[in-house]
Order: sequence, then structure tokens, then C-alpha cells
Amino acid sequence: MAGDGAALRVRIEEKSYASPGGETVPVISGLEMSLPPRAFTCLIGPSGCGKTTTLRILLGLDDEFEGKIDDRFRTARLAAAFQEPRLLPWRTVRQNVDLALPRDMTDREAVIGRALADVGLEELLDRYPGQLSLGQARRAALARAFAVRPDILFLDEPFVSLDEATAQRLRGLLIELWTHHPVTVLMVTHNVREAVQLADRIVLLTHRPARVVGEVAVTLPREARTQETVGAFAAELARRHPGLVTL
Amino acid sequence: MAPDTGQGVARASGAAGARPRARPRDLLGGRSGTFLVRSLSVLGFFALWMAGTLLLGPRLCPSPATVAAFVVRETASGELPYHLGVTLLRVAAAFLLAMTIGTLAGLAMGRSRTANLVMEPWLVLLLNAPALIVIVLAYIWIGLTETAAILAVAINKIPNVTVTIREGARAMEPAYMEMARVYKFPKASLYRDVILPQLQPYLAAAGRSGLALIWKIVLVVELLGRSNGVGFQVHLYFQMFDVRAILGYTLAFVTVMLLIEFLLVQPLERRANRWRSRPA
Repeated sequence: MAGDGAALRVRIEEKSYASPGGETVPVISGLEMSLPPRAFTCLIGPSGCGKTTTLRILLGLDDEFEGKIDDRFRTARLAAAFQEPRLLPWRTVRQNVDLALPRDMTDREAVIGRALADVGLEELLDRYPGQLSLGQARRAALARAFAVRPDILFLDEPFVSLDEATAQRLRGLLIELWTHHPVTVLMVTHNVREAVQLADRIVLLTHRPARVVGEVAVTLPREARTQETVGAFAAELARRHPGLVTL
Repeated sequence: MAPDTGQGVARASGAAGARPRARPRDLLGGRSGTFLVRSLSVLGFFALWMAGTLLLGPRLCPSPATVAAFVVRETASGELPYHLGVTLLRVAAAFLLAMTIGTLAGLAMGRSRTANLVMEPWLVLLLNAPALIVIVLAYIWIGLTETAAILAVAINKIPNVTVTIREGARAMEPAYMEMARVYKFPKASLYRDVILPQLQPYLAAAGRSGLALIWKIVLVVELLGRSNGVGFQVHLYFQMFDVRAILGYTLAFVTVMLLIEFLLVQPLERRANRWRSRPA
């Protein structure tokens, strides 16, 4: 499906909100981009610029916009890891993964077990989300996202409010999972180092109303992405796009 | 964005007054302390009753022993179990009817602005309709039948259920609904795994207050237009000025309700609240 063929095209002409005062506030205006299949794309831009709104439109959670998005966003199997883990607190970790799996998937127990073992939660299968740390809950949410074998995976700042060591470990885990199951990824972040470390390409958005100002291919080979090279690449990006990219 | 998992729901349950209560552990310590406090409270009730007997005399306020003897005799004759059973069946039927309709209406009103606009005047009307008037009209329009009796009781309870469930539906966490949409949860699973668990504290609150209200109204319905049931018996003994029998029937029914609370409602609630427990 979305894993093959042409890039997924996105064109959002206009998206606005009604402010509490009654005026319409444009959030996105003339945003055009495309997602190459099986590539890891990062969307970065200043905070509040409409990144999450773009993601919500692509996820089908918001229909009120002018524009045209690829039909495959509606037909493909989607998965998402949100800013909060969004695990159902009244279901165990195992049940949370199970509920997200497509109805027709066979061998569910094995799929669930493997997905949770991949993120190191095999001991916590029968815990309720309230008994997990935030880092563990994020891992469970990632496991759920990969377990459904999505065609397109959306990540909305999945590592915010974690301490840097945990966040770094989870980034490594994410890349490992993605290497094993290469799907089309769109990740929203405002952390440019994170984007450089993870992405194949970076799409840069302007301040609100958001539109695309540039697309940057991250030319660093993955095995050469160390703290220094990533830092240097990010610094160069920030130099070229002052005001949009902050380190 | 929405708060982290669970928080929203924990707050919601507080609003509905159905958050799992903290045991009064700090008062007397542990389970035995709870038991002691409970027993003292019950003993106090009987002490008050006996004081009433001394003050008002055995005719106006028969002693607990006399009432107990009456209950035993009526139970042996089969009279009390029969009337109790009939009343319980009516309570159960009216309860199920009121909970079903009230929950469906509350969900609709909480989730759809249009449904709320259309149904709100009806809701206010029903909320303020006196129980007695609903009962009398039901008997006049439908006739002195079982259907009229149960319907009248249910109509009295439905608006309360609706109001509570509407609050619950409004307090639902949109983050979970969105997650379910992204992962394309089937409809059945959406209700069973996402909506119902969030409504559970509200359902428990509506159910608990509902049972108490319904049995009181069932007695009135029986008094006015049925020829069996606890309400009918109480009416009969009222005309004979037999306080002993009135208290006996009341006590028997309250005992049954207490058993339902401790053997059915509370275990169910504990089961539904398992996920709230935190590791020690």
C-alpha cells in the first residue's frame, strides 16, 4: 500500500481555528509536501506553528480544512504515537496492544509478545498503564504502533518530557524498530538534533500560518550519526534557517 | 494536549462520587478496625430503636425482638417472601428499564449538541414531574396494570440516570477516542473498551442512587394500584395500625438491599476498579 509506489502527496491550502474572540486564526496556509514511501520524514518548525494540526489532518482526526491529501492516507493502515502514550488505563499493556491490532491478524499472542519484547516490556505484559513509568508507557505505545504493521506511522513528539538519557535510549529503539520494519514515517518534533539523528529528510515549516520553507535531505550516513556529526549538521541547519530552527 | 492517561478519568470519577473510597485505616487500623466501627454504628441504631420503644410504648414502637418474631413467623407462612419477591421483581424490571433508557439518552445528549438541544426540555420536564403525578397518570391512561406500575417507576428514575450519564459522556477523554479512531477499533470494541470504562463510575453512581430511589417509588405504586407487594402489605397493616408488621416488612426489604449492596454491587465495583490499584 503506502509502502510502495509513488510518494504520498499532501496539500493543505487553508486551515484555521475560530479564536475564543470569534475571529478566524489561520494555522496552515499553502502547505505542500510529499512523503516518499518507507522514508523517515521529520516535520520541524517553531512551536505552535501547526505541526500537530498537520498530523491530525493526515490521521483523519480533523476534516475541516481546504486542500487535498493523498487517498492512501484514508485507505492505508495507520499507526500513531502521540505526545502522551494514550494507553487505555483500564486495560493491561497486553490488551492495549491487542485492541489496536487489525481484526483479521492471526497469531496475535505471538505478535503481541514479540512487539513488547522488542521494547523490553516482556515482564510487564499484565501491568496496567498506571503502574508504568512514563518511559515504559512510551515504549508500550511504540510497541503498539509497530505491532499493527502500519503502512504509515505518525509520531508526534513521542519523546518530550523524558529525561535526555531515556529519550536517547528510546530514539535508538525507534530506529532499530524502523530498520526491522521500514514503514513510511512522519514525525513531528521541534528538536532539530532529534530530527537530524532520526530522519532521512527534514521538512521545515514557517511560523504560523505554516507552510513549507524547505526540505533538507539528511545526507549523513546512519552509521556515522554521532553526537558530534549530528550536532554539526543541526548547527548548519540552524545557521541557514535562523528563527525557524533553534538548537 | 490532554493530560496523561488515567488522570482525566480519575477526576471524572471524583465528580461522580464513585472513586474507590479510602478505607478508614488511619482511624483504627486495618480490617478489624473497620469492622469495629461498623458494628458500633449498627449497635447505636438498635439502641436508639429500643429507647424509642421505652418512650413510645410497644404499640407505637414495637421492640426489635417483637419485629424479628413477626418476620420469622411471616417468613415461615410464606407471606413475606411472596410479597418481598413480587416487589423485588418490580424493582428489578423498573431498574433495568430506567438504566437502559437513561443511559442511552444520557450518552446521546452528552455526545451530540443537537440531541441535547432537542431533549433538554423533556429532561427538565421529567426531572420536575412529581412521582405521585406520574404514577396517577400512568394508572389512569394505561390502567391498573403491571405495565403501568413498572413504567411509572421507570419514568421517575430515567431523568436522574440521564443527567448523570450525560455528565459522564461530557467528561470522556477525547484522546482515547482519537486513538481508537486511528487504530480503527470496531464499533463493539469502541463501546466495550473505550466508552464504557469511562462511564463506569457514572453508571455506578446512577445505579446506586437509582436502586434506593426506585424501591421507594415501587412501594407508592403498590400502595396506589397493586394488590400484592411490600407496599400493598404496608398499606394493609397501616389500616390495621400494626406498626410491628410495617417495621417488619421494611426491615426485611432493607436487609435484602444491604445484601445486594455488599454481595453484588461492591464486588462488581471492585472488579471494575482493579486497574486503579497502584503497586504497594
